[in-house]
Amino acid sequence: MELPNMEYMMRRRCDSAASVPQFTNSPTLIVMVGLPARGKTYISKKLTRYLNWIGVPTKVFNLGQYRREVQSYKSFEFFRPDNEEAMQIRKACASNALKDVVIYFSKEHGQVAVFDATNTTRERRVSIVSFAKEKGYKVFFVESICDDPDIIAQNIADVKVSSPDYLNCDKEEALADFLKRIECYKQTYVPLDDEKDRRLSYIKIFNVGSRYLVNCVRDHIQSRIVYYLMNIHVTPRSIYLSRHGESNMNLLGRIGGDSGLSPRGHKYATALGTFIKSQHIKDLKVWTSHMKRTIQTAEHLGIPYEQWKALNEIDAGVCEEMTYEEIQDNHPEEFALRDQDKYRYRYPKGESYEDLVHRLEPVIMELERQENVLVVCHQAVMRCLLAYLLDKTSDELPYLKCPLHTALKLTPVAYGKLLSNE
Amino acid sequence: MQTTLFTYQACTVDSYGLSCFSPASVPQLTNSPTLIVMVGLPARGKTYISKKLSRYLNWIGVPTKVFNLGQYRREAVQSYKNFEFFRPDNEEAMQIRRACATNALEDVVIYFSKEHGQVAVFDATNTTRERRISIVSFSKEKGYKVFFVESICDDPDIIAQNITEVKVSSPDYVNCDKDEAQADFLKRIECYKQTYVPLDDEKDRHLSYIKIFNVGSRYLVNRVQDHIQSRIVYYLMNIHVTPRSIFLSRHGESELNLLGRIGGDSGLSPRGHKYATALGGFIKGQHIKDLKVWTSHMKRTIQTAEHLGIPYEQWKALNEIDAGVCEELTYEDIQENHPEEFALRDQDKYRYRYPKGESYEDLVHRLEPVIMELERQENVLVVCHQAVMRCLLAYLLDKTADELPYLKCPLHTVLKLTPVAYGCRVEHICLNIEAVNTHRERPGNVDITRNPEEALKTIPDHF
Repeated sequence: MELPNMEYMMRRRCDSAASVPQFTNSPTLIVMVGLPARGKTYISKKLTRYLNWIGVPTKVFNLGQYRREVQSYKSFEFFRPDNEEAMQIRKACASNALKDVVIYFSKEHGQVAVFDATNTTRERRVSIVSFAKEKGYKVFFVESICDDPDIIAQNIADVKVSSPDYLNCDKEEALADFLKRIECYKQTYVPLDDEKDRRLSYIKIFNVGSRYLVNCVRDHIQSRIVYYLMNIHVTPRSIYLSRHGESNMNLLGRIGGDSGLSPRGHKYATALGTFIKSQHIKDLKVWTSHMKRTIQTAEHLGIPYEQWKALNEIDAGVCEEMTYEEIQDNHPEEFALRDQDKYRYRYPKGESYEDLVHRLEPVIMELERQENVLVVCHQAVMRCLLAYLLDKTSDELPYLKCPLHTALKLTPVAYGKLLSNE
Repeated sequence: MQTTLFTYQACTVDSYGLSCFSPASVPQLTNSPTLIVMVGLPARGKTYISKKLSRYLNWIGVPTKVFNLGQYRREAVQSYKNFEFFRPDNEEAMQIRRACATNALEDVVIYFSKEHGQVAVFDATNTTRERRISIVSFSKEKGYKVFFVESICDDPDIIAQNITEVKVSSPDYVNCDKDEAQADFLKRIECYKQTYVPLDDEKDRHLSYIKIFNVGSRYLVNRVQDHIQSRIVYYLMNIHVTPRSIFLSRHGESELNLLGRIGGDSGLSPRGHKYATALGGFIKGQHIKDLKVWTSHMKRTIQTAEHLGIPYEQWKALNEIDAGVCEELTYEDIQENHPEEFALRDQDKYRYRYPKGESYEDLVHRLEPVIMELERQENVLVVCHQAVMRCLLAYLLDKTADELPYLKCPLHTVLKLTPVAYGCRVEHICLNIEAVNTHRERPGNVDITRNPEEALKTIPDHF
């Protein structure tokens, strides 16, 4: 008994191709909590980037942006708890943001929304919980608590003094005003309470991750979020990405396979070794795949390296070791289907980019835990890693440029990543 | 160039092209062994957590062993009389207990230094600061990392349940009736309570630990140091103790099964369809609450699930082991075309990777997210494949890597696994629909020089 629609469905992989099985149908509202300069926006953006990459449509709703649209910023006085007029504006902005969340969930197929605001009063949080309950959304709070004045000063210097709010101020003025802004919030800040809030689902992050309190994790996505948040850090470091040196298959225009390096490939590997040495990188970890060409490349570095099967190149199934001309000759329909949807297209008996992302998730998690790392990998793999690191969409991912003999150095900076080509 | 190739060969290739670097799911990023130290009053689930965690770590390839202080004590003090042994003012008993702890830690040292252990779980109450400080010094001196797991529970119902499930039947109470055992045990707990000092937010802020409150409604995690601790925390935060059952079944007999061919992506045979219908009937008859059904992306599991009339979720991770160049071959074909590979596989079936394919070890790695989600879920039916089912079963029943590839998972049989006490109760339900046998035992001769008859001795019949 053949089920023809089964074939089509499988070809298209519309069932749980994402890394997160579609167990939950209720959308999730993640609510950030914390004083200004506690890393809420940093966490919101990073978490969103991760969730989107693993296939969970996620969007950040930053209350500061809503506020900036209606009111140009003058001074910290706007945030004084006794500023009635400003309070009205701020409440209206929060309403608008939540209205947009509703649209995102109901009309734009969003699965997770991150409400990036201070949400420092019980009153505000209670109203969000009611709103979510009424709409059938799950709520998960992420509270960032930090009392280390150095970390806070660093945050302010990194992202606050250059914010649109302080366009016309000098650094000193901006810093002074921002500190007064924090004081305004402190007056009414009530953190999530162990007793009173024991039925809410939340994670409290203390001092940039030395300590976490996790309460009532309700489902798979919350569990993944907690795991992710507990693995990220803010210690300065750089991630180096490079493909293997040119391989013999590359020279012949053949995809996949497991060939060794060409003479030029070996030259690159030597050059890469020299480059790495010149960078004087502290405690560099080197990762390769299980394929000859990445291992041979790493061999030239003279540093111990770790092999990950998960870093192997995308499996081209029946098209392994073919040239594009051969694929066109032998599998013209497949060739066209791939061009129609390169991200989701799965080679017969092979993999799709989407499968690759799923397979690379543990690599990304470990990359987050580590500090200085050089990943020697493959074109499709590098595209997936780069898409995660640079927040590229699944449409852009399969076309990201990752040429041979080029090392990319990525250094986290403010809310993104600075990319330099070597 | 010659030199480079040689270097590559030397460091990575053994007889079947298997790389010797980090084949395990957990990259060998840490060389220091880890000592997990359980903390908590009796009947707080320490042994349950120790055993489960150990099972998980071993399955993902991290050699782990539990050192249960109760067992050391039972060996030192042959017969248990009553709770008085545990009174804090019982000097003589205190000496014995300290000696037992020392012996246990000595065995930990042997496990790490001579038995290639990576993680040791010290399953004891460790309820005083003094005891914990001495363990931390011991570890520091030896170069071990320490991670505390404290279980805190004040729900009398949960504690009563624990006592009934595992304490009254403990060797300590072999000659007591249930009520006597219960009463004595409660007094035992009181002895510990007098000197119990939980891990302290302030004083212990430099230690690495997780505190589990009330069977997981809440966790406090402090100073996770490395990858393995991060994985341990993730695992502990995903397990639960809500009663449920896990049902494992292979797909119905497939067309390729009938021909004795491995792998591929064929549909069900007529008998396979019969099984799927019977499976549907069986499942309905069980009246399972909120059953989740999982299949792979392969036709034969999907077609099987279709007969159930319940929504199902497809996981690519549940796909059968990729036999690479041996896909869709019969064992006779493999013997004829790849006799050396065939022998190598018999030599080390767990680690052997088919050329351009996978090994059981790779399969375990690929199945880890499935296991994690299985832990989070409640009632689940997994419709999968022979090698996949062997891996899942090995995790659930704590089988070793040597046993795993030879676990019997016949077609047309459902396994119902129900967690009970410290393990799992297994029920084999054969639905009485005939099918070919696909189980190949390890033959006597696994040498690459063996002749074809010896290689093919144990292959099952097929059409």
